[in-house]
Amino acid sequence: MTASEILASLFPAGHSVREEGGLLAGTGGAPGAEVAVLGTALGLEVGVESALALAAGVLDVIRLHPGRPILALLDSRGQRMSRRDEVLGLNGYLAHLAEAVEVARRAGHRVIALVYGEASSGSALALGFMADEVHAVPGARLSVMNLPAMARVTKIPLERLEEASRASPVLAPGLEPYVRLGGVESVWRPPLAEALAAALARPAGPDRRAARGEERGGRLLARPVADRVRGGPAR
Amino acid sequence: MTGVESRPARASFREATARRRLAAVLDPGSFREILPPSERVTSPHLAALDQPVAFDDGAIVGEGLLGGQKVFAAAQEGAFLGGAVGEVHGAKLAGLLSRAERERPAGVLLLLDSGGVRLQEANAGLLAVSEVMRAVLSARSSGVPVVALIGGGWGCFGGMGIVARCCDAVAMSEEGRLGITGPEVLETTKGVEELDASDRALVWRTYGGKHRYLLGEADRLVEDDVAAFRAAALDLLGRRREVGLGALDAAHRRLAARLFELGACADATEVWARAGVPEPARLPVLEVGEFLRAVASARRGEP
Amino acid sequence: METLSFEFPCPGPDAPRAAPALVGVVASGNLEVLVEPTAPPGRCRVVVSTSARGFGEIWEAVVRDFARRHAVSGLSISVNDAGATPAVVSLRLDQAVEEYLGRP
Repeated sequence: MTASEILASLFPAGHSVREEGGLLAGTGGAPGAEVAVLGTALGLEVGVESALALAAGVLDVIRLHPGRPILALLDSRGQRMSRRDEVLGLNGYLAHLAEAVEVARRAGHRVIALVYGEASSGSALALGFMADEVHAVPGARLSVMNLPAMARVTKIPLERLEEASRASPVLAPGLEPYVRLGGVESVWRPPLAEALAAALARPAGPDRRAARGEERGGRLLARPVADRVRGGPAR
Repeated sequence: MTGVESRPARASFREATARRRLAAVLDPGSFREILPPSERVTSPHLAALDQPVAFDDGAIVGEGLLGGQKVFAAAQEGAFLGGAVGEVHGAKLAGLLSRAERERPAGVLLLLDSGGVRLQEANAGLLAVSEVMRAVLSARSSGVPVVALIGGGWGCFGGMGIVARCCDAVAMSEEGRLGITGPEVLETTKGVEELDASDRALVWRTYGGKHRYLLGEADRLVEDDVAAFRAAALDLLGRRREVGLGALDAAHRRLAARLFELGACADATEVWARAGVPEPARLPVLEVGEFLRAVASARRGEP
Repeated sequence: METLSFEFPCPGPDAPRAAPALVGVVASGNLEVLVEPTAPPGRCRVVVSTSARGFGEIWEAVVRDFARRHAVSGLSISVNDAGATPAVVSLRLDQAVEEYLGRP
């Protein structure tokens, strides 16, 4: 689904979300029940300027619209990889964006992420995975790196990685692996407005992803190991 | 000679193992490890790729004292799979930060030495890093300071580069490196013209402690010495950064100003020149003390 | 991966009971060694997990030689190996026992 199709399905009553330079911004929903929308489109690689713009969007919601929910729509190939972004400290800009989302959540803004294209690495960490809940539509693709690139970096033969990825959800990019690992809460099918309304109605809570990963059999150790180190279950 | 104090021999932070760093940064003999190697909590994913496990999965976590104050501390062992984060490794870090919210130590020290997500556990590693990020921000929001110490041989890259800057403060040595896309990955994906990973001077002025300190991405620059990192940790524990709109707005202004002033620069040396540092080309050869004096007025970032 | 197990009787008194000791790191050409006072009295156990297959006889020789050099009765030695040479293995085993004995 394209960003336009996603938005039309999410907000049948209309929306003001625009795309510019791979960034999405605007609002959707009925008056009095507006949802702030921000995010990425067209597989944007998030560099220092985009990270700052996304953070500005979050800060504006906190400052101007107390209590307004935030919907993060994601179609990004990850962070922009360039010498300039590294010189300028892109990791710091992404951390700033992540911290902005954290402050929004703590200030009472419900934050829902919906992956409709790609979600990878740095931009997934800074925006998507900072949400209360992450959902996706069919066809979404989450990843760390494609398998051929992983084979080059790790020096593990590609065939070995492909074979191992058939037996385990930890290696291959995709949607189903991330659902099994607890990283994606659920897959939404149109009409998306209903799924969004249900998500917004649920109260926010602590990070449940490790518990989800255990329930679904994808990550059997994350929750118990964290609990053992914590000295008891998360409240 | 009378009247001359002898300096204690320097113990390199970079060359020490993660365990040795923890022992040297914390008060002597005070470290108590949680889930020690004898518990054998190892990675469930490595055997499928013929990769040996480590009994601590490359992450040592526990409690200790720093200047007599109770602190929690974690150290990543860079020599094991590049310090990269897998399911168990990440869960240990996240669990320690969550424990800190309950037990309210004076702070949490994170001795980071990591290439980021452990590719052998890819998706689980990405989620683990995300859970660590959330746990850092949650601990900080509850009032527990979290301080990152970066000075190991593997640097602090990938998702861990974001974790570092989610902390209250960062101390780096000149030898330390911090970024998101590390030099080897940048060269492999974008070509040697974008960044030549074998050009050590280029790598260090792009990612290294001196540049990060000048930019305001690191709060302290110290010698490659465990005692210097210990002193920096003690100092930075007292420096909490508010998790709230006021602090965010201030940070946003600084980051926007950085882009405005320095965004056209192609290289760190240009950044230093434009920032107003005298003789920027000499910065890499200066000792830490001389360097700090040379950049004092040009340095960006919080004091 | 290959797992090798050795257990053999040891002369002399059991090693003192102390906290487990760990030396080394699991990096290419290196290994980590964990020493614990958990073997049956009068015996020593060595368990090796290694990514370098087919070196069972060399490991046996290195382990037996190590057991002759140290009083390891009552100790369990556990190894995660990433292709270290016999010389490095011997060194780490020696270091591990010394580290173990140095602890209260």
